[in-house]
Amino acid sequence: MTAAAALKQPAVKTALSVDKVAMHFGGLVAISDMTFSVGEGEIVSLIGPNGAGKTTAFNVVTGFLTPTHGDVTYRGQSLRGMKPQAIADLGLIRTFQRTSVFPNDTVYDNVLIGLHRRGRVGVLPSVLGLPRVRRLEAELKQKAAELVEWVGLGRRADDLAGSLSYGEQRLVGVALALAAEPSMLLLDEPVSGMNASETHTFVQLIRKIRDRGITILLVEHDMPMVMSVSDRIVVLNYGRIIAEGTPDVIRNDPAVIEAYLGQGVKHA
Amino acid sequence: MKLLLSIVVVAALAAVPLWLSDPYLLNALITTGIFVIGAMSLNLLLGFTGQLSLGHIAFFGIGAYVSALTSLGFSVSLPFGLHVVHEPWPPLAGFAIAVLVSGLCGYLVGRLSFRVRGAYFVIVTISFAEVVRLVALNWVELTQGPLALTSIPPMQVGFPGLGEFVFRTKLHNYYLVLGVAVACYLLIARLVRSHVGRAMRGLMENETLAVSIGIDVTKTLTLAAVVSAGICGGAGSLYAHYIKIIDPEVFAFINTVTMVIMVITGGKGTLAGPVVGGLIFGLMPVALRPVMAPEAQWIAYGSALIVILFIMPRGIVPALMQWFPRMKPVTAPGFAKRGVEESA
Repeated sequence: MTAAAALKQPAVKTALSVDKVAMHFGGLVAISDMTFSVGEGEIVSLIGPNGAGKTTAFNVVTGFLTPTHGDVTYRGQSLRGMKPQAIADLGLIRTFQRTSVFPNDTVYDNVLIGLHRRGRVGVLPSVLGLPRVRRLEAELKQKAAELVEWVGLGRRADDLAGSLSYGEQRLVGVALALAAEPSMLLLDEPVSGMNASETHTFVQLIRKIRDRGITILLVEHDMPMVMSVSDRIVVLNYGRIIAEGTPDVIRNDPAVIEAYLGQGVKHA
Repeated sequence: MKLLLSIVVVAALAAVPLWLSDPYLLNALITTGIFVIGAMSLNLLLGFTGQLSLGHIAFFGIGAYVSALTSLGFSVSLPFGLHVVHEPWPPLAGFAIAVLVSGLCGYLVGRLSFRVRGAYFVIVTISFAEVVRLVALNWVELTQGPLALTSIPPMQVGFPGLGEFVFRTKLHNYYLVLGVAVACYLLIARLVRSHVGRAMRGLMENETLAVSIGIDVTKTLTLAAVVSAGICGGAGSLYAHYIKIIDPEVFAFINTVTMVIMVITGGKGTLAGPVVGGLIFGLMPVALRPVMAPEAQWIAYGSALIVILFIMPRGIVPALMQWFPRMKPVTAPGFAKRGVEESA
């Protein structure tokens, strides 16, 4: 990390740092040079117009893509070459834009599948149904029911996840991700497809998640939502970072206004 | 309710030899039972991980050959002047080794092909079965090739203090197959309800999401392949010691297709599916034999397959669960609501 970037950091410890990352798909440059970091317990948003490279950045951080250049570090450990499930084991858990649930299972079973990281026991003990495994299973079921309740889907626990509305499926996705016991949660456009009141509830949920000590990185289009929930915002355009700072700074940044509204706004 | 039904079904199956003494029918039940075990193992892969193994009979055949050779003994010359002589071991050891060797083959096939999956897995399994068939056909010194392995001893189990029990008659073998089938059913049931089973479901439904919450794809799928192949190998061992003669025809593609038909018509992804489908399609040729010419039997068989899948595309068991919603532990939304209204 450069000295200038280090100076910009707040006093909190850095959780995730993305250092000079570039991602090329053949000749297409999805991300040209991206450097930013997220402190422990922060809520940081990654915004930018469509095609700016936000989701690509997410995929790089969570190991679904290997960056062409640069490094991603989580709590001091380089993620280079790690498989997604190994990164998940570090506590870095993401949600997805579209496919956020296991559609043919109930909401409750979805969360139970999400508890996989916590429920790992040997195959033999679980087939034999040893008392220790039974106790663990009972704990997991309890935990799943609590989580479903916690994200506010208690009423829907026994419905198939695929039959829920988009907004509710997002909540299932979050419950699933929380079940994997993240220390950092990456949310990919969590409120798209939600109406205003659902979004409002979701913002409160994000704050509740942070209060559990979970760091949050958010990709989102919904500006009012981003402005109200974020501690810091990173703005991407054409694969590079054009601005970074608190919501107030971003709101008034000319480069950001230009990226979103185009040049013409000056004359308006 | 479900438990009660299972007990009733097992008890009814156990009571069959009490009123059925016709050896031909008993034989049909035993071979069907062995194939049902094979179908259950296939269902673990196809129904619970979504991977279609079109060479599943390879594991069955390997189990049959390994078990037969272990209990018959063999003597083969290998390259570099090696000469391996194996003295006959008891059939039970053959059974155990058959399960292990088949499981190992499942591991290898799984490791090789689960990196790519889908159609590639199908192709790898077909090729694997064909390669194994050719080995069985051409390694005459070991397998007798088309001359077949004969005089395979019947299964034999030693009980401490009670001496050896030999499964000599059809009646003995009927209960042996029934016992193994119930054990396999319970094993699969336990497995798919454990955290491993949940990981499998997750992978089948939404692999990207499953990976993101820390589920290891290759490990989970390989485990399913190992258990599936091991069970199928066990079924093959039972087959060898019951029929007492095996030749490379055991690897015929049609045998895999039969298992797939049993799983699909019964309902893949349900525990009872392969049992129901297996009993129907295993016993149908027997039921048709007195009333139809052999050619007509195949037409009837195919028609039954089409009709069942036309009326119940997801298979018999899921369709029944839909018609009798109370049987279903986890209900679809519509049924859940209806249940609430009824109780109110």
